[in-house]
Amino acid sequence: MASVLTIRDLQVAVDEVPILRGVNLTIRQGEIHALMGPNGSGKSTLAYALVGHPRYEITGGSIEIDGTNINELDPCERARLGLFLAFQYPVTIPGVKVADFLRHAVTNIRNPNRKEGEGLIPMKDFRKELRSRMEELGMDTEFARRYLNEGFSGGEKKRMEILQLAMLQPKFAILDETDSGLDSDAVRVVSEGLQKLSGPQMGSLIITHHERLLEYNVPQFTHVMLAGKIVETGDAQLAHELHNHGYAQVRERHPNEAAEEELRLQKVPAAAE
Amino acid sequence: MTMTAVAPWTAAAFEEFLANRQEPVWLTERRRQAFATYQKLLKQPLDPEEFKRLDLRALRPEKYSLITTEQAATLSTLMADRAEFGGTVSHIDGRSVVSQLRPEYAALGVVFGSWETVLATRPEILQALERAVPADSDRFSAWHAAFCTGGTVLYVPRNVELSAPLYSLIGLSAENAADLSHTLVVLEEGASATLLEETCSDSATAAGLHVGAVELLLAPGSQLRYVQLQNWNDKVWHIAHQSGRVARDASLQWTVAGLGSRFAHIHQAIHLDGRGASAEVNGVTFATERQVISYYTQQDHHAPDTRSDLLYKDVLRDRARVVWRGMIKVDKDAQKTDGYQRNDALLMSADARSDLIPGLEIEADDVRCTHGATAGRVDEEQLFYCMCRGLSRSEAMHMIVEGFFQRIYDRIPVELVRETLSQAVQKKLGLGD
Repeated sequence: MASVLTIRDLQVAVDEVPILRGVNLTIRQGEIHALMGPNGSGKSTLAYALVGHPRYEITGGSIEIDGTNINELDPCERARLGLFLAFQYPVTIPGVKVADFLRHAVTNIRNPNRKEGEGLIPMKDFRKELRSRMEELGMDTEFARRYLNEGFSGGEKKRMEILQLAMLQPKFAILDETDSGLDSDAVRVVSEGLQKLSGPQMGSLIITHHERLLEYNVPQFTHVMLAGKIVETGDAQLAHELHNHGYAQVRERHPNEAAEEELRLQKVPAAAE
Repeated sequence: MTMTAVAPWTAAAFEEFLANRQEPVWLTERRRQAFATYQKLLKQPLDPEEFKRLDLRALRPEKYSLITTEQAATLSTLMADRAEFGGTVSHIDGRSVVSQLRPEYAALGVVFGSWETVLATRPEILQALERAVPADSDRFSAWHAAFCTGGTVLYVPRNVELSAPLYSLIGLSAENAADLSHTLVVLEEGASATLLEETCSDSATAAGLHVGAVELLLAPGSQLRYVQLQNWNDKVWHIAHQSGRVARDASLQWTVAGLGSRFAHIHQAIHLDGRGASAEVNGVTFATERQVISYYTQQDHHAPDTRSDLLYKDVLRDRARVVWRGMIKVDKDAQKTDGYQRNDALLMSADARSDLIPGLEIEADDVRCTHGATAGRVDEEQLFYCMCRGLSRSEAMHMIVEGFFQRIYDRIPVELVRETLSQAVQKKLGLGD
């Protein structure tokens, strides 16, 4: 049976400033959802809140996986339940080799009850698997020996996120502007990479400004966020329109949220994005 | 078990100590001078620049004494059983218990053994004592020089290169035992060697005292890799002067690890005496509970075209404290010096504290010297990222700590040392066996 990620009336505050004001969204394994919206509308806030960043406080509503409320779970527990975030700005972990990091991660995700210090998946199998995933994504296998994201270019970091996605095979993947800050070749590489990974076992929420990622990964649903709410939901055509025409028409159709957006920009010039 | 009822470290104890040793006159004379210096320096304050951040009030020298009987110790060491060493010298409670060297190395004229064996066969080697650590440096060096219990001596003749590492163990076993051991390494021109030294306790609870010295003397063109892994139990006081003198075109690679002890203070000095001399110093410190680990490091450039590169990494947990005072000194004539020092501390708890103070004193005008120090808590964004990949908070913390030390491991060419350090760190983190 396909798993379901259900977000109900989710309200989230950062440093006591409300950012999300009641988000409703249901994602099933196998579905591709695009999430679009102007800067500051709360897209990244939703991403961080879903995976449990401690600064993002859930002040109302719920996040559920197959009916189980995960509001109170820490990021590690959520990851072991099958949630994955491809970071917009991946963090560098100095001195920790990609392979060592991933071997721990993969073991924990596949064996969610594992405690620290318990056995890891066999080195030989792991290496083989890592190597073949890297080859599929057109990555130099030398990266496995490098320190995680240390000295990586923007494109390399994003590709590393996709590699982790490939290794961890989550039920639900949230991709936070995985295509931003990349040249067109790199965008193509990540888009193709994601395309290869998509399938009936993975539901994805793709946060993007670009079309390319969505060309390779055609969404069944496109959601538009404005001032902390999802104001419209359509199909791939909606994403296309927004890309071509911007958000002016969306704001016209939703004057209340547009006014709220205006208000926020005055109050918090650099609203949490 | 202890020597007598005579109060330790007094004039009477000193005479008794001398009476029990069969040593050449020149050495006894040095001891007498050192003892006089010790008594004089005891009345003077310690250098505040080096000691003002340290509280020595709990150190009670009279509690510890020299042991004269053999101890049956079963030391659980980090390295001893782990590799094919070219030779092994062990001391327990200041007494030599093992002294071995591969016959083919001995045939090349290499000397590796305890003071006693070296005094019996090649006493002139010990004439080099005090070339790097003068007895009158401070009260601890004088105390050490007067009551020195012996120690490991390595001598490598001209152009002899030893491929297998040598191993030296300094152990403490009896309750309240004092070890005043001295490690002396003399490399002649073009010689090359690796010495791995480890300190450890027989029991987890026996209190002890180490007032030690290390002297590394590198003749022109020689190469030494020296490692000292300080892994006492957390009841031991460890105070030491450790110094290397590096002659023209010689190179010293020195790794210190501070894992054990209740309180450790090491005065570590590097003297770059000849043109083209170079030294690389690596430090790994992991302090937990209420441990205090302190270093005073000196990189003294006395000649032109010399290079020194010091990198320390400290991890602190619980209520531990790390103190570091570093100094690069460049003499007027030491032009084209390349000096570097850096110390980074990673704090795993709010109650841990680090004081890291780098320093430069430069008299030459054409040099490149850089220094830096950082201290910070484990980064929450790094923890979050790791947790998002299914690592528990504690597992993520441990991985970040090991990664923090990795940069030091990367500088250490001897695999055994990298592995040993990594395992010792894991053990202290509560991982592995």
